[in-house]
Amino acid sequence: MRKMQVRLSRAMRNNIHGFWMVICLALVIILPVTMAAGLYWKSSVLLHENSLLSLVFSKEWKPISGQFGFYPFIISSVWVTMAALLFAAPICLLTSIHLTQYAKRWVLKVMHPVIDILAGIPSVIFGLWGILVVVPFIGNYLGPWLGKQVSGYSILAGAIVLAIMIIPFVLNILIEVFKNIPDELTEASLSVGATRWQTVKFVLLKKGMPGIVAAFGLGMSRAFGETIAVLMVVGNVTRIPTGLIQPGYPLPALIANNYGEMMSIPLYDSALMLSALILFVVVLIFNLISRYIIIQCDEKC
Amino acid sequence: MKAKKIEEKFFRVLMFLSTMFICMVLFLILFSILRSGLPYLSWEMISSVPSGGYYFGKEGGILNAIIGTLYLSLGSTLLAFVTGLPVALMMNVHLASMPRFVNSIRLILDLLWGIPSIVYGAFGFTIMIYLGIRASLLAGIITVTLFVLPIMIRAMDEALKTVPKGLLEAALSLGSTRSEISYRVFFKQCIPGMITAVLLSFGRAAGDVASVLFTTGFTDHIPTSLNQPAATLPLTIFFQLSSPIEEVRQRAFAAAVVLVIIILFISILTRVLSRKYHKNRINF
Repeated sequence: MRKMQVRLSRAMRNNIHGFWMVICLALVIILPVTMAAGLYWKSSVLLHENSLLSLVFSKEWKPISGQFGFYPFIISSVWVTMAALLFAAPICLLTSIHLTQYAKRWVLKVMHPVIDILAGIPSVIFGLWGILVVVPFIGNYLGPWLGKQVSGYSILAGAIVLAIMIIPFVLNILIEVFKNIPDELTEASLSVGATRWQTVKFVLLKKGMPGIVAAFGLGMSRAFGETIAVLMVVGNVTRIPTGLIQPGYPLPALIANNYGEMMSIPLYDSALMLSALILFVVVLIFNLISRYIIIQCDEKC
Repeated sequence: MKAKKIEEKFFRVLMFLSTMFICMVLFLILFSILRSGLPYLSWEMISSVPSGGYYFGKEGGILNAIIGTLYLSLGSTLLAFVTGLPVALMMNVHLASMPRFVNSIRLILDLLWGIPSIVYGAFGFTIMIYLGIRASLLAGIITVTLFVLPIMIRAMDEALKTVPKGLLEAALSLGSTRSEISYRVFFKQCIPGMITAVLLSFGRAAGDVASVLFTTGFTDHIPTSLNQPAATLPLTIFFQLSSPIEEVRQRAFAAAVVLVIIILFISILTRVLSRKYHKNRINF
């Protein structure tokens, strides 16, 4: 009898746990759909009155008179993201090759916590560092050197801060990519007389190319959505930027800067939610493509 | 022959420099934050709440933000743990025979991880409007939970993935139920990974601004219930930095030092704990 009872309670526990598990899993699976639906629900008010294309390509941003053109913000976002990727990409690539092919054990032992800590630093700290170091550097040295009077709050400052922020993220994926390439390939290349660097150049980079592209894609979408650190150093001027040391106003910064007054102007909240939706969709598409490449790559290996 | 050697040398130097660069940057960031903030850090700063005229440079501290950050991160880490652990276990124990399905869940989680926190903040705001709650600790906890949930599940999943399949089969053949296998075998086997996952999420929750910007509001008081707004450290830094008054900006520097110390402490704790519990693992 006692044995029966014990068995029953075990089965019960199993069932209760199973039930809770399924609920949690369902929550995770529907979360992205709910997010898209929720953001669309809030932004549909604005979309009813204007078409998406006209909003994206319109240059006029005057919330008071109901004109919401996202073009300057989108262009600023593209500038900052591209510049950040341009700075971060070579450093990540070189370091990941160094760490996986050349580095001694102690270097790995040092670099592992360094990358972890760098990845864990909150974005507001990066922003503060940008204000303390990067912005004065551009304002006091780089600007005058180029013969321009600038405050230092610029696309370039945002891109430098962003580049540092995405380095640990991209680096981790790249290390993973190079580790996944079978050792036999490098060994074969070395045994036919190629130098280490030739092996890297002709075998590793070629074999790892899809993974490298995917890593940069993921880094790019991370940079595209980063908010606070960029907002703090980028200047926030609503104008289409034409150069790197001019101020810009990326999309995430727009949302973060104006949430306070969005309820007091009609359609303003709808416009901000629409920019969140645009961010969501763009980042999702970039992520999806990159992940797809990585999965394809893993299956081949 | 010669050119080949020179090229290799050249790139080896470049690689070494870029590795050094990353170390230097971390050092530089920590150094410049500490240098600008440490002179203004005092016991009063971290032990008192802002008093009248604080935002014009009068006395007061950031205790409200420190406590608010702890409440918010603890609450959301706990919620994410309670909902995340079953999912991670299910993916590795219950669905072990359906790798395709598990991989698509992993894909969804990776996608969620990639979504910027400001989007979570905006989404949290729409939930708030939908449910009719105002900016409060509760709304912040819900938003941050959604934000850290994919991070936590994926980190746990990475740990659980390493458990050999033989262990699952052995436990099943002895007559264990799946929930027993989950908690008594898989969970115990992966305690270092679990600690890493929880602390990683805690650090993320403590450091993020964009997701709480809309949802927690801001207050000078220490919240006493879930319905009250709360201040967090990153928000305090962010707001005080935009002040034109020098004293207030200096306090932002000091608050940044506090935040950096918390994050570094969590990072060191992760290493120590996971090394400590690693010994208890069965090795194969």
